Amino acid sequence: MKRLFIGIATLALTFSAFAETTAIVGAKVHTVGPQGTLMNATIVIRDDKIIAVGSDVSAPDGAVVLDATGKIITPGLFSPFGRLGLVEVSSSAGPADALQRGELFTAGFDVADAYNPRSTLIAINRIEGVTRALIAPAPGGADDFGAVGHVLSGQAAIVNLGDDGVIDQRRAAMVVTLGERGSGLAGGSRAGAWLTLRNALDEARDYRNHKGDFERGLRREYEHSVADLEALQGVLSGTVPMLVALDRASDIEVLIALCKEYGLRAIINGGTEAWMLADELAAADISVLVAATYNLPGDFDRLNARRGAAVVLAEAGVRFALTDGQSATHNARNITQSAGNAVADGLAWDLALRAITLTPAEIYGVADIAGSIEPGKAADIVIWSADPLELTNYPDQVFINGKAIPMQSRQTLLRDRYLKSDSGQPPAYRD
Amino acid sequence: MNKFIVALATSAVFITACSDSSDDDDSGMAPYASRYVPLSSTSTLLRNATVLTGTGERVDNADVLLADGKIVSVGAELDAGEAAVIDVSGMWITPGIIDVHSHLGVYPSPGTASHSDGNEATAPVTAQVWAEHSVWPHDPGFVTALAGGVTSLQILPGSANLIGGRSVTLKNVPGRNVMEMKFPGAPYGLKMACGENPKRVYGGRGQAPGTRMGNVAGYRTAWIEAAEYRDKLAAADDGQGEAPTRDLRLETLAGVLDGEILVHNHCYRGDEMSVMLDIAKEFGYKVGTFHHAVEAYKIADLLAEADTCAAVWADWWGFKMEAYDGIRENAALIDKAGACAVIHSDDDLGIQRLNQESAKIMGSAARVGIDIAPERAIRWITSNAAKSLGIAEMTGTLEAGKMADVVVWSDNPFSVYSKAERVYIDGALAFERGNTAVNPVTDFSVGTTTATGGAK
Repeated sequence: MKRLFIGIATLALTFSAFAETTAIVGAKVHTVGPQGTLMNATIVIRDDKIIAVGSDVSAPDGAVVLDATGKIITPGLFSPFGRLGLVEVSSSAGPADALQRGELFTAGFDVADAYNPRSTLIAINRIEGVTRALIAPAPGGADDFGAVGHVLSGQAAIVNLGDDGVIDQRRAAMVVTLGERGSGLAGGSRAGAWLTLRNALDEARDYRNHKGDFERGLRREYEHSVADLEALQGVLSGTVPMLVALDRASDIEVLIALCKEYGLRAIINGGTEAWMLADELAAADISVLVAATYNLPGDFDRLNARRGAAVVLAEAGVRFALTDGQSATHNARNITQSAGNAVADGLAWDLALRAITLTPAEIYGVADIAGSIEPGKAADIVIWSADPLELTNYPDQVFINGKAIPMQSRQTLLRDRYLKSDSGQPPAYRD
Repeated sequence: MNKFIVALATSAVFITACSDSSDDDDSGMAPYASRYVPLSSTSTLLRNATVLTGTGERVDNADVLLADGKIVSVGAELDAGEAAVIDVSGMWITPGIIDVHSHLGVYPSPGTASHSDGNEATAPVTAQVWAEHSVWPHDPGFVTALAGGVTSLQILPGSANLIGGRSVTLKNVPGRNVMEMKFPGAPYGLKMACGENPKRVYGGRGQAPGTRMGNVAGYRTAWIEAAEYRDKLAAADDGQGEAPTRDLRLETLAGVLDGEILVHNHCYRGDEMSVMLDIAKEFGYKVGTFHHAVEAYKIADLLAEADTCAAVWADWWGFKMEAYDGIRENAALIDKAGACAVIHSDDDLGIQRLNQESAKIMGSAARVGIDIAPERAIRWITSNAAKSLGIAEMTGTLEAGKMADVVVWSDNPFSVYSKAERVYIDGALAFERGNTAVNPVTDFSVGTTTATGGAK
């Protein structure tokens, strides 16, 4: 059955240039949208979009029909944080375009221009179901030679992992590093990191209010470049959220106050102690990216690390996405493990799936194009043989923007080469 | 000055306390020897579970009887005798999980610079250091690992050095010092490291080694010295010549040449592992286990032939050049070739989920038609791990007479939803999910968290 199914999918791929319409029929579909979970449903895809989904929908005349009877379908997975396409090998080798080391730019730095859709990491992660991702500047930190990077490390973007390799949205978030790590970037105190942020916001506001004078040379010089100040305008107006790395409850309290004072939107990345302030975060409409399995006091900012934090946030009504805390880039695919562990801790299965699909899309303002299986959205669809959160399961086929992607990566090619160990030829002469 | 006096006074009290107990069993023990005493236990019959024995077998609807700290038997409807009966219907039982690669205690939480005790990165060969002398028993990571079913673990020095020092194998029971945690009768290991780390650490200082060929020259030079030391000792034993002055560094290396200390070699690339096997041939020692071994799948036949284990992650890759060729099926291909596959963590979070890491490999292997049943996969984190550490005679399976190191899982342990419900170490209940009366809390955690008496 699996073989037959994959054969059909390949066929669809071959003829996708000719067939405008595809219908995937017979599966249990977790839409993660208003239609909920549908049994024996049909999804109709035209070009790159979903045009219909429902148990009472039938395949249009002339559509290529894919039989997915007995399968489970979810929206494409959304990696809420990482550096896909910005990094090939993390340490001491290969492109590493995520960090702005120089002094020229801080907030103005924009990773979108460094994105490489042909990186091997793209295929490795998309064949496991990841179809969209936030790509972010590296937060930097202190090394033996002092601070590397900036408290404001620049602008993140949303990308899709399809073959057309488009940036879905530039300036999706402004990355800010506070807490213990921020203190290393700002002279050794977290108060310095907060001041660095405030100073940037104040200069951006002054620039906005006196732009004409500034351009005529009638205003003082700013510490930030014009590119930085321009990039901060969206943050000041509340259209671009700050993606703030911090963990300690006291820093979260400062963040809540700052957002109120300046009228900012914020997303907390990490937020190990966010569960202690769940009600306050819900009231302030601040979202959290949670690493569901992080449960150790890795430093004094994270003393109250615990399992089940996502459950507490969910109960308080905080909007949260689940991340893989350890390797959000090379193994962005492991967000299913984070979600599965959150379920083991008591989070409802549907909420866990939402936290790796629709919720991150909402957090970054791209829920109109991705995150759920709804008419009008991009056809990012993953077909699974069984429970997608179980680690023994894997996608049979992934569609991105309506196209069935080749279920192949550098890793599957290496694997296949060494599976042919009885070929009698050295590996380099094998396929 | 005041602080100094207090410190003196404290140690005086401690010395008094010690001398009070000078007539107990510990007094005759060799320095640094295990002073592990199992927690108190009663006989226990775990009734009606799905049992993975660690020997490659699965027994459905089976009971497991533990008495006097040992496994007594596994089978259907066993006679409980005096044992307390615990109904574990619907649950699964496995041997205790063993992690062959951990830095708990030497790189503990919180990871402050003051706690960074895992790498004696002051010379490329530091065989004289012992990881146990860095182990901080109050690392909260021991407790979270226990909740993941880990009953034994090897603590290794880091990989900055060509030869980093001795490892130590522990029972995962909190002690006041490392001696109270040491696995009785476990052999020592020697940490060696290939590739990028040593050449980066020392090359970056303008010292040798600065290249992979420099690495190899470094190992060989050390083994030449060790062989000479061993030969001089042997000759002196035979009454020929004087014994050399005791040298901690060479003593450990000679222990490897004598087969008493097992080699645990951090090595990623297949080509480098192949060279390391030849170095072992040149000097007459055995590579017990390659750790990380991201490319073990490329040389699985060589590993099988050398009877060398490969301890690997499920899917870590790409974080450095020598990890670029990682594939998820690595362990499955090692296993398929008949070599000893082990899943390790090298991580205070991963150690809590070695079962889940194994599940990923099972899933990936199934994709290419290699079906690995739970009873086979569990060996990677139990009996194969015990073999790697030289403790397979004592633990790692549920065979009668072995230490009663046992985990009761809520479900199939390869399900992401499964949790360790009860963990027994030497027959004693060391952990029970949700039961604060049973579960340990390390000193560091007391009063630092809201759950342990700290500020809300």
